[in-house]
Amino acid sequence: MIPFDFDYYKPDTLLEAIDLFQDLSEQGKMPMYYGGGTEIISMARANSIYTGAVIDIKGIPECCEFGFSGSNLVIGSAITLTKIVESGLFPMLGITIGRIADHTIQGKITLGGNLAGTVIYRESVLPLLISESQVVIAGNYGTRQAPISELFDGRMRREPGELIVKLIIDSTYTNLPFFHRKTTKIDKIDYPLVTVVAMKKDDRILAGFSGLCDHPFRSIEMEDSLNEKGLTREVRIKNAMSHIPAPVQEDIHGSGNYRRFVLNNILMDVLKM
Amino acid sequence: MMQLCGTDTIELEVNGEKRKVTVRAADTLLHTLREKLGLTGAKPGCENGDCGACTVLLDGWPIKSCLMLAAEAVGHSITTIEGLKNAPMQKAFFENWGFQCGFCTSGFIMTCHALATIHPGADDDTMADWLQSNICRCTSYEEIQNAVKQVLGKGDSSGVQGVVSMKEK
Ligand SMILES: Cc1cc2nc3c(=O)[nH]c(=O)nc-3n(C[C@H](O)[C@H](O)[C@H](O)COP(=O)(O)OP(=O)(O)OC[C@H]3O[C@@H](n4cnc5c(N)ncnc54)[C@H](O)[C@@H]3O)c2cc1C
Ligand code: FES
Ligand code: FES
Repeated sequence: MIPFDFDYYKPDTLLEAIDLFQDLSEQGKMPMYYGGGTEIISMARANSIYTGAVIDIKGIPECCEFGFSGSNLVIGSAITLTKIVESGLFPMLGITIGRIADHTIQGKITLGGNLAGTVIYRESVLPLLISESQVVIAGNYGTRQAPISELFDGRMRREPGELIVKLIIDSTYTNLPFFHRKTTKIDKIDYPLVTVVAMKKDDRILAGFSGLCDHPFRSIEMEDSLNEKGLTREVRIKNAMSHIPAPVQEDIHGSGNYRRFVLNNILMDVLKM
Repeated sequence: MMQLCGTDTIELEVNGEKRKVTVRAADTLLHTLREKLGLTGAKPGCENGDCGACTVLLDGWPIKSCLMLAAEAVGHSITTIEGLKNAPMQKAFFENWGFQCGFCTSGFIMTCHALATIHPGADDDTMADWLQSNICRCTSYEEIQNAVKQVLGKGDSSGVQGVVSMKEK
């Protein structure tokens, strides 16, 4: 049971949601946008977050868009992981998010919620980073669009009150050859020890990582090393691993050395793509 | 715009019946079903999305009712274990000894019933994927799998009101 009260709003338009966020903030309600609610409910129950009002975005048409539009795939931020998996529209994304939590929770988690959440893994960002997706964000100024690489530096950079509306992916990325591996400590359903998602575009390997450091990332330096064709696979991997952009995590899932060992083996398979 | 401030009355469609219920906006569906509507089939296990004991169906799809607000369920069709009237999956669990203490059973049956309804031809990988949403502390896993296999392929669409396809959702 959630040990405090909050109000629940389900706006029908983007404008209503943005205005509401501002009004509720001015009333001191500390509002939160509400996607699947899995993180909000579990953290509220444990008393690790507080809000006086949630704004459910599942009634906003732009957040519920899903499908090809012209040469792009558009995925609204309120679309559930299950819907993306079952659609088969973007297999690399489908396979990746099909390993987030378990099958039932995937029916509740939204793409926007996984990107904006506080849990450090945010595995859905990996295919979006390497497919150079665009993010549409709304605020009290209207909407803006930017490449995800500009907005995501381990977490989604947003001003208070800004709402992730949708992701736009160039459809040429949706059927390129890809690689996905999620390793966990013991159980299949767990947070990642290391997750690697890679894709081959124009004979170049693009790769994103979660679980390795305290935030998910794509590193152009690591990709450059992996793609240095004249060198042996071992040397390319050694060079790539020297460019890991942050300290490798040491926690209950595994030591830093073990994570490096696992990453080394995964990268061997990535290079066989 | 729908809004629920403090405590208010909402209407939920549960097992084909419209039920008016007074809830806090912060009440979970699990709490509402058990404490306000007297439907105690969905069980509180972890209340954290891990165990699946609280699984019910929303428009025919399994959800963990501990991770859903009652307010969010307005306008959707909810099916609890009480709404399955001798569905083949219930019979199969019984015939295959798919339970020991029974605490996880209603959640497992809801997941398995939805699987048989949505993917009646599910292969072993799909079955394993769906079953991993639920945990049985008494480790009845093999018997549960046998029960599911008994039903899969035979078509099992009784008991659930209106599965909404992913395209419509
Ligand atoms: C048992 C379990 C296991 C899990 N395992 C994994 C895992 O292995 N890997 C992984 O990556 N994740 C995992 N997760 C998922 C993760 O921890 C979050 O629960 C989930 O991603 C949150 O998504 P949601 O749609 O429910 O978000 P919500 O709970 O609705 O929101 C989360 C946060 O994002 C904000 N938000 C939501 N939508 C938007 C939006 N459109 N714009 C701006 N802000 C928004 C909210 O205000 C809130 O701060 C797991 C979750 C559970 C319950
Ligand atoms: S009680 Fe809901 S998943 Fe455990
Ligand atoms: S039968 Fe006891 S927990 Fe499953």
